[in-house]
Amino acid sequence: MEMNDLLQMASVDRALQDEQTAHLAIDLNDVASKRLVPGLQVETEELDDGVAVDIVVAEDVQIGRQVHLCFGVSKEQAVQRIDMDVRLERNAAMSVLSHCIFPRAVDVEHRMDARIHIGENATYRYDEKHIHSQEGGIAVYPSAEVELEPHARFATVFELIKGRVGVLDIDYGITGREHSTLEMMSKVSGRDDDEIKINERGDLVGEGARGVLNSRVAVRNEAMAEVYNKLRATAPYARGHVDCKEILKDNGAATAIPIVEVSHPLAHVTHEAAIGSVDTKQLQTLMARGLNEDEATERIIEGLLS
Amino acid sequence: MGILEIDNVTLAIEGKKILDSLSIDFWEGHVHAIVGPNGAGKSTLAFTIMGLEGYRDIDGDIRYRDEPITSLDVDERARRGITLAWQEPARYEGLSVQSFIRAGAPDADSETVAEALEQVGLPPDEYMGRAVDDTLSGGERKKLELASILAMRPRFVMLDEPDSGIDVASLEKIFEGIDLLRGYGATVVLITHSMTVMQQAEHAFLLCGGALVDKGPMKKILPYFEQECIPCGHKNVPDGGGNDGDE
Repeated sequence: MEMNDLLQMASVDRALQDEQTAHLAIDLNDVASKRLVPGLQVETEELDDGVAVDIVVAEDVQIGRQVHLCFGVSKEQAVQRIDMDVRLERNAAMSVLSHCIFPRAVDVEHRMDARIHIGENATYRYDEKHIHSQEGGIAVYPSAEVELEPHARFATVFELIKGRVGVLDIDYGITGREHSTLEMMSKVSGRDDDEIKINERGDLVGEGARGVLNSRVAVRNEAMAEVYNKLRATAPYARGHVDCKEILKDNGAATAIPIVEVSHPLAHVTHEAAIGSVDTKQLQTLMARGLNEDEATERIIEGLLS
Repeated sequence: MGILEIDNVTLAIEGKKILDSLSIDFWEGHVHAIVGPNGAGKSTLAFTIMGLEGYRDIDGDIRYRDEPITSLDVDERARRGITLAWQEPARYEGLSVQSFIRAGAPDADSETVAEALEQVGLPPDEYMGRAVDDTLSGGERKKLELASILAMRPRFVMLDEPDSGIDVASLEKIFEGIDLLRGYGATVVLITHSMTVMQQAEHAFLLCGGALVDKGPMKKILPYFEQECIPCGHKNVPDGGGNDGDE
């Protein structure tokens, strides 16, 4: 299996052929392919167990087409470490679609350590989609520290779209300064003995900063999930919301720990968390159309994670 | 000819009798109304026919096309052609309108889904890409649920309070939907205490306190309901109990 097979699996092989679309494709510790567009700088250094990546979007540059990142491991056993620095300078904008593809993983560990700095009035959108093997032999550790300068915007969605989770341990911390906006969404569906840990922290330290931490998790069989969302507001007119929904089936187990912390009288943060089996009325409505209980449950979970 | 027969059905929940020795025959291809005041047991009867959780442990028998169905699960009854639209339709975070409609019509292509939406007055361009969540109003979800039933092409349809939470213009679309179902040859059962909705039916069964009080052509039941039931001060709480607050 080669990088091209991984790209086809993610349905991005054609997008990567487009000369107007910037991309970076990495197989284990090998930079397989890279294309840049004006205003985007990407430096890479191949390491023994991965790649160091440095991405800069220059001031006032707004990259029109979505940038593609592909991090793949085509082997059954491997450790891949991606050490990434991302910097968007003032008034820059970039949207990234990142595919992490481990289709044959039996014993694979993927670590992503990212430091992201989003300059004043810059916008960064980062969508991360995972394709794993069906064996569950994968451990994924994505971590990022994100800093938002005044009026900066950051939105990220993490999704596992195919295969078993294995072990997933997300650790994101984001600091938002004046009038910045941060939005995080994690969507994960676990089964068998999958272990899911999501740790998201948002610090709204600037006046008028906004933040939303969202998690949608489903656990079936013996899978377990632990979601820790903490949103802290320490400045006037900072506004935030934490929203966690987890659906359980079979012997799945879930914990949700939403923490909101406010230390300024003009700040406001809310939270909601719901853990439980599928809603009876939702289930019975679909069953009254002819789906059996498992089919109806899957359809409801698909919706929640879509 | 009868399509579904309720034979001496009694349902007790937590020791309280909610349906009391009910016997009703529904005629194939006709529009029936189950009428009665709040708490009469109308919705409970629909839930019992559908076999919903909490409404399965009955005395008596329910037969559909001469087959006993009381031991069948909800989905097994649905696959035989029985379905139900709720008074307050469910909301689903993220579930697309198309996926919701295709639950009952797995082979429906996009054109079929669009046609079902048009039939209930929901412009497909506007609704196909939406989710069946709380961004839709109660009336929109009500019409969407009817669209899903039209696409499903069931043989026996129960519509619980079809006018609940919708405006006059939308009610016309619901009535057009009922006509379409009738045109497909489906048997329709309207659960209602609305005089307007009752007039869509040919036959009516009047319930009070979980028991059948009267039955017959709508022109016979309607005046009785209007003159006797509406002014009646009797509090319809069977054996002093209720079910889920719906009925």
